[in-house]
Amino acid sequence: MRIGVFVCHCGSNIAGTVDVERVAREALKLPGVVFSDTNKYTCSAPGQESVCSAIKENALDRVVIASCSPRMHEATFRKMIAEKTDLNPYMLEIANIREQCSWVHKDREQGTRKACDLVAMAVAKVSCDRELFTTNLPVERRALVIGGGIAGIQAALDIADAGFPVTLVERESSIGGKMVMLDKTFPTMDCSACICTPKMSEAAENPNIEIKSLTEVESVSGYIGSFDVTLREKAKYVDYDVCTGCGLCETKCPTKKIPSEFNQGLSTRTAIYKPFPQAVPSKPTIDAEHCKKLQSGKCGVCEKVCPTGAIRYDDVDRVTTQRYGAIVVASGYELIDWTGLYGEYGAGRYPDVITGLQFERIVNASGPTEGHILRPSDRTEPKTTVIVKCVGSRDPNKGVSYCSRACCMYAAKHAHQYLDKVPDGTCYVFYMDVRCAGKGYDEFYMRTLQDGAIYVRGRVSKIYPEGDGLVCMGEDTLSGEIVRVKADMVVLETAMVPSRGSDVLASKLNVQRGPEGFFTEAHPKLRPVETNTAGVYLAGVAQGPKDIPDTVAQAGAVASKVIGLFARGQIESNPMLSKVDVSRCSGCRACVDVCPYGALGLVQANLRENSRKVTRTVCQVNEGLCQGCGACSVACRSGALDLLGFSDEGIMQEVEMLCQ
Amino acid sequence: MSVTSDAVAAEARSRAEGAASPEGGAGSPWQPKILAFCCNWCTYAGADLAGLNRMNYPADIRLLRVPCSGRVNPQHVLRALQDGCDGVLVCGCHPGDCHYVSGNYYAKRRMMVFKRLLEYSGLRPGRFQVRWISGSEAGKFRDTVVSVTEQISQMGPMASDAPSLEALAGADALLEAARGAGDAR
Ligand SMILES: Cc1cc2nc3c(=O)[nH]c(=O)nc-3n(C[C@H](O)[C@H](O)[C@H](O)COP(=O)(O)OP(=O)(O)OC[C@H]3O[C@@H](n4cnc5c(N)ncnc54)[C@H](O)[C@@H]3O)c2cc1C
Repeated sequence: MRIGVFVCHCGSNIAGTVDVERVAREALKLPGVVFSDTNKYTCSAPGQESVCSAIKENALDRVVIASCSPRMHEATFRKMIAEKTDLNPYMLEIANIREQCSWVHKDREQGTRKACDLVAMAVAKVSCDRELFTTNLPVERRALVIGGGIAGIQAALDIADAGFPVTLVERESSIGGKMVMLDKTFPTMDCSACICTPKMSEAAENPNIEIKSLTEVESVSGYIGSFDVTLREKAKYVDYDVCTGCGLCETKCPTKKIPSEFNQGLSTRTAIYKPFPQAVPSKPTIDAEHCKKLQSGKCGVCEKVCPTGAIRYDDVDRVTTQRYGAIVVASGYELIDWTGLYGEYGAGRYPDVITGLQFERIVNASGPTEGHILRPSDRTEPKTTVIVKCVGSRDPNKGVSYCSRACCMYAAKHAHQYLDKVPDGTCYVFYMDVRCAGKGYDEFYMRTLQDGAIYVRGRVSKIYPEGDGLVCMGEDTLSGEIVRVKADMVVLETAMVPSRGSDVLASKLNVQRGPEGFFTEAHPKLRPVETNTAGVYLAGVAQGPKDIPDTVAQAGAVASKVIGLFARGQIESNPMLSKVDVSRCSGCRACVDVCPYGALGLVQANLRENSRKVTRTVCQVNEGLCQGCGACSVACRSGALDLLGFSDEGIMQEVEMLCQ
Repeated sequence: MSVTSDAVAAEARSRAEGAASPEGGAGSPWQPKILAFCCNWCTYAGADLAGLNRMNYPADIRLLRVPCSGRVNPQHVLRALQDGCDGVLVCGCHPGDCHYVSGNYYAKRRMMVFKRLLEYSGLRPGRFQVRWISGSEAGKFRDTVVSVTEQISQMGPMASDAPSLEALAGADALLEAARGAGDAR
């Protein structure tokens, strides 16, 4: 055995706390180690070059690199070994002496001792490593995008434009997400509908995009390159192949008093409806819960008036399964339900305390007030408006601890829009901080101040009715005084929280979520759109609060990852899978029951035992399904199953080495 | 069972000091050897994040990376305790968050049965612990290392802990008898 140990300085990142030269010297005393060296930056081109030439010159057959986390550069070094040396890339182990040593320990002596131990453990493990070989698996060049907000639309368009088919799944009856509800968008104040609806119709018209509205993911199985996804498309009660979207049904539907979701409850809609005029798909659906015909069998007006006979009261959910090579999660966000949290703001009892999204609908020309700023209670123009920021955000006692990122800017936008439409109005903004980092953002905020918005630093502690208005009470933390502002309308800029059902979606896709519930990226800096499950990507607020420019940029980044995967057309399989030694297997099936992927099965095998031919039931590993978790190897009572790359012997040797 | 009462702790400490300098003279003070089996996707990532955030914690812990906490065999833990570790941790993703769907459930059940067996036969609780730490819980990782290191330090070296040693002597047989325990679905 000829093991080489390479210890990285990582500039001063490691060498600052760990005596790397000593670690390299100590390594030479370990069994099997014939060579050791240090490098300023092992991952750099000259670093890699020197490792590769050392491997060749010293005829090394196993390599330990002591550097940053294997989660960071194990793949880099494997690739290096595969491409530039004759060694098998799996004859490599990484000792993590940066993230788990030099960065967390200050004492040089202790850090160095620990680094020596970690190297020794890696040497012990590498001694047990075996050559492993990958195979190439085909990639189904078709993408699934979950969520039809601007993130999902943009990702779908970019992937489709590269020539690959995309299914865009949206659980509401139209794509568009929150953006299509907005009036204008900061900082340029483009009309949101003018930039969002063209993208929606572009998606509808793109031959590579199939939009499935009222659809959710039922189940997912498989792995990168070949996910089998089952979708449930809810009954729409309208045959979209026949419907022309003329809208006659909507005008005749007798059930008219249902609060409109699109207008945030500020107007009403019918039971057969399109959520808004520019909806995509541009066809109505029946809301079964409110439809008289579907509830009690009496009515049937829409069927009678429909000129093309498109109404189908007997429609049912459609469940389909399709294979996809990649999945994009763009499930966006909801606004926190402030009514349950803020009793001191009236918990929803005062109609003139509204959310930012309701304000967007009020100020919108096609909204419930046709763009006139009128407060909900009596439809009069509010002369004093108070905007409250960070409602639920940055307040772990009430809501969430994080900053929702877009609110400082859209609060400034709302103040600007209000003062623009009500020139004799007064606008107060209660704030904790003003965070306007972004191109043109601070300038935008400054303009709002010039417009005359009055910023008061402090949280509003109470809102109570007085006369026909509301009083907002809070402390101005700059002057230390209690302020009471008599307002006609109050706008709460509430926290963004993960979409409802994100937890279920996460477990179906087997991706992780952070403590706040947003989906977790594989690496916060270097792999911001991938997840830890290969082939599943994140775009938009699903990954964390952000505004539209960032959402669109992220969606583009996701698309480039997906297009890259599809362009390659195949992926290397993971060879670190379970392996069965049939001579020891007794066919007890303990492993079969433990495997979460159904990768283990029992087969009849013809074996030679004690120079006799026998036919026995033994276990077999399906390498396409095995994910390499190793749960079976522990369940195996006869020690017949082992996990390649993390073998029982390898782990034991690591343990023994540490114990010495 | 209260092992952290002051008297016991003081005794452990004096024993620890004795063990560190067998000749009774000055030597480097005894430091515990703690092995942590950490799953690649959650706790190992959480430990990396603690590094990225430059959090500080005692240097007595050594992480052994496994793909999943379900990969950890009680035999691995037993060997570590028998052969010289003063404490062992098994860490994985939070229940419900396993990267491999259910590996941590198996780990939880196997390790709980195993821990009870060891403690029943005398191992001091605290020598072997099971914790769930996610990839974003760098702070929890640090706090766990701090508290576990403190506990093990107070208990002193395994070598001078007679009840624990006794527990390990018979444990191989117990383990053989309990194989597969906890795996039923
Ligand atoms: C009041 C307000 C004003 C704002 N103003 C601005 C502004 O002026 N400028 C700006 O840049 N940003 C603004 N923002 C932020 C902006 O809304 C977001 O950045 C943007 O909408 C994020 O898009 P998204 O696609 O990630 O999420 P969303 O718009 O939430 O889209 C997610 C979509 O996924 C669907 N979905 C969710 N779960 C599932 C599932 N399981 N299956 C299928 N479909 C699912 C949802 O129905 C939704 O259609 C504002 C936000 C608010 C609240």
